[in-house]
Amino acid sequence: MALDKITQITGRGVYVPGDDTDTDRIIPARFMKCVTFDGLGEYAYYDERRADDGTDKSHPLNDPRFFGARFLLSGSNFGCGSSREHAPQALYRFGFRAVLAESFAEIFFGNSTTLGMPCAVMAAGDLRALAGLIEEDPALLITLDLLEGKVTAADVDFPATLPDHAREALVSGKWDAIADLLEGLPDVERVAATLPYFA
Amino acid sequence: MKETLLDKVWAAHTVRELPNGSTQLLIGTHLIHEVTSPQAFGMLRDLGLKVKFPQRTFATVDHIVPTDEREEPFSDQLADEMIKALRANCREAGITFFDLPTGHQGIVHIVGPEQGITQPGTTIACGDSHTSTHGAFGAIAFGIGTSQVRDVLATQTMAIRKPKVRRINVDGKLSPGVYAKDVILHIIRRLGVNGGIGFAYEYGGSTFDAFTQEERMTVCNMSIEGGARVGYVNPDKTTFDYLQGRRYAPQGAAWEKALTRWSAFASDAGVAYDDVVGFHAGEIAPTVTWGINPGQAIFIDERVPRPEDLAEKDRATAAEALAHMKLTPGQPIKGVPVDVAFLGSCTNARLSDLTEVARYVKGRTVRAGVKAIVVPGSQGVATLAEKMGIAEIFRAAGFEWRGAGCSMCLGMNPDKLVGDQLCASSSNRNFKGRQGSPTGRTVLMSPLMVAAAAITGEIADAREVFSIS
Repeated sequence: MALDKITQITGRGVYVPGDDTDTDRIIPARFMKCVTFDGLGEYAYYDERRADDGTDKSHPLNDPRFFGARFLLSGSNFGCGSSREHAPQALYRFGFRAVLAESFAEIFFGNSTTLGMPCAVMAAGDLRALAGLIEEDPALLITLDLLEGKVTAADVDFPATLPDHAREALVSGKWDAIADLLEGLPDVERVAATLPYFA
Repeated sequence: MKETLLDKVWAAHTVRELPNGSTQLLIGTHLIHEVTSPQAFGMLRDLGLKVKFPQRTFATVDHIVPTDEREEPFSDQLADEMIKALRANCREAGITFFDLPTGHQGIVHIVGPEQGITQPGTTIACGDSHTSTHGAFGAIAFGIGTSQVRDVLATQTMAIRKPKVRRINVDGKLSPGVYAKDVILHIIRRLGVNGGIGFAYEYGGSTFDAFTQEERMTVCNMSIEGGARVGYVNPDKTTFDYLQGRRYAPQGAAWEKALTRWSAFASDAGVAYDDVVGFHAGEIAPTVTWGINPGQAIFIDERVPRPEDLAEKDRATAAEALAHMKLTPGQPIKGVPVDVAFLGSCTNARLSDLTEVARYVKGRTVRAGVKAIVVPGSQGVATLAEKMGIAEIFRAAGFEWRGAGCSMCLGMNPDKLVGDQLCASSSNRNFKGRQGSPTGRTVLMSPLMVAAAAITGEIADAREVFSIS
């Protein structure tokens, strides 16, 4: 399965501040009643963006200045809570191609990587500085360079890193593990045969 | 070389190292449910792949099932579509499905152990973050996303990095009225909701040695709320006694061999851990959350914190939490009125949870105006509770006794909070909107504390309400 090598992403950004953004907030459970991920984009951050009567609340994702953003910026422990892949799927389908945050919850991080949506870690101060640049100029183009481990915006470089295994998987076009796993099937049979409970 | 249980299980299940440094890990037991599997089956079809080891895959339906009117078709068309999809996928692949008519349906993390499918020294994966529950048996159990569900269906493996291990010791005897739920809420409060990222939590110490198997499950269940994807307890006689005679547990000569094998998986004495943390059981009191993540917790006799008294990094979230919860900084948490009491979820809906609460609820009455529901974790639990007269005790006290499922833990079925109702809940997450209403408010606590709230109509100290000393 040939996948794109993800080495660089360029686009505009939007800052949704706050720590511990949980996956219920990214996609409320009631929108998971579906048998495909199609159409999840419109429900991203739904309860943060919409009032009970369906009208828009004040939220960065409702602000026309940030429409079309490909980078989502947030705080620490982003994506905590449930293992629902619906969360990164909703963000991806909303239009995001990368998330920049202080830290990420583990399952969310893995799910996002498997979709080819890099989650890069930045220092809190750098995130705030970058958010400030975006606020000043929402049309500002941001570039995440996975090979260099940096985000560049308005000629300013900020370190932005991923753990080696995830970075390697993205830049080599192997972010979806299925091809590698299928290749290992003969070994799977061998190991399974050593486990009594597998019989 | 001394090894942890994680090391040993990892070694026994490693298929190969992948080029990027991840391990291709064999998943011995794959549990699936209706919410996170249909897309994975769809992906398999798109790729022209089949389920590799259907005999190592087990399914149940839990998230979307109604707990009151369970006749099909369900009134919620989407829910009906989901159960039908799971049924069709299981039939096509030859997967055992603990479906509604079997009498064995329930929350996936309650059904696995109950059936004896969850065993020591195994690897388990499920598209649900509370899969860490199964670690209580000395299994390494991961919550996974749907693409990984696809991977496990297709290859019975997944690509994963080996976590570090933090040993968490709790020693001593818990005070009366303090439960396993309080222990894990306390651990999360102290270590933080992100403290476990990159770690597996190994729980031990004399408190855990004395815990029943079901108490261990309650703690392991909420490892993920502390940021740890995996949590486990070394298997011992308590574990083996629980498993013996269960449907999928080894029988006869195989049982004896399994005991020897399982025992050998326990972490070696004196092994070096990546980190070690200790707590004294005596320092833990009944714990309740006041905010919008499970780490925002206090003892029942404490006051809701003032943001300015917290570390600077916690202040913004605290302010947001107080606004959502409609609580005033510095107010006692005790006495806050509750609208709903929910006794259920994969954290606390096993038979021992219900038995313990029923002891105290007997002869008491739910406060007028409080909606109190008991949702047993499985049909198996429900049946036993009926036989033992426990269900009747709850009904007589004014609780609604429901059918098994995830229910109001996440409000994917008709059981939801309405508006800004405040719910005393034995579940695991108090995120904004978690219980089905965007403005709904959740206060996490032990099952007995839920009962105390149901009876008094407010957040209460179960030790006072039930004269426990």
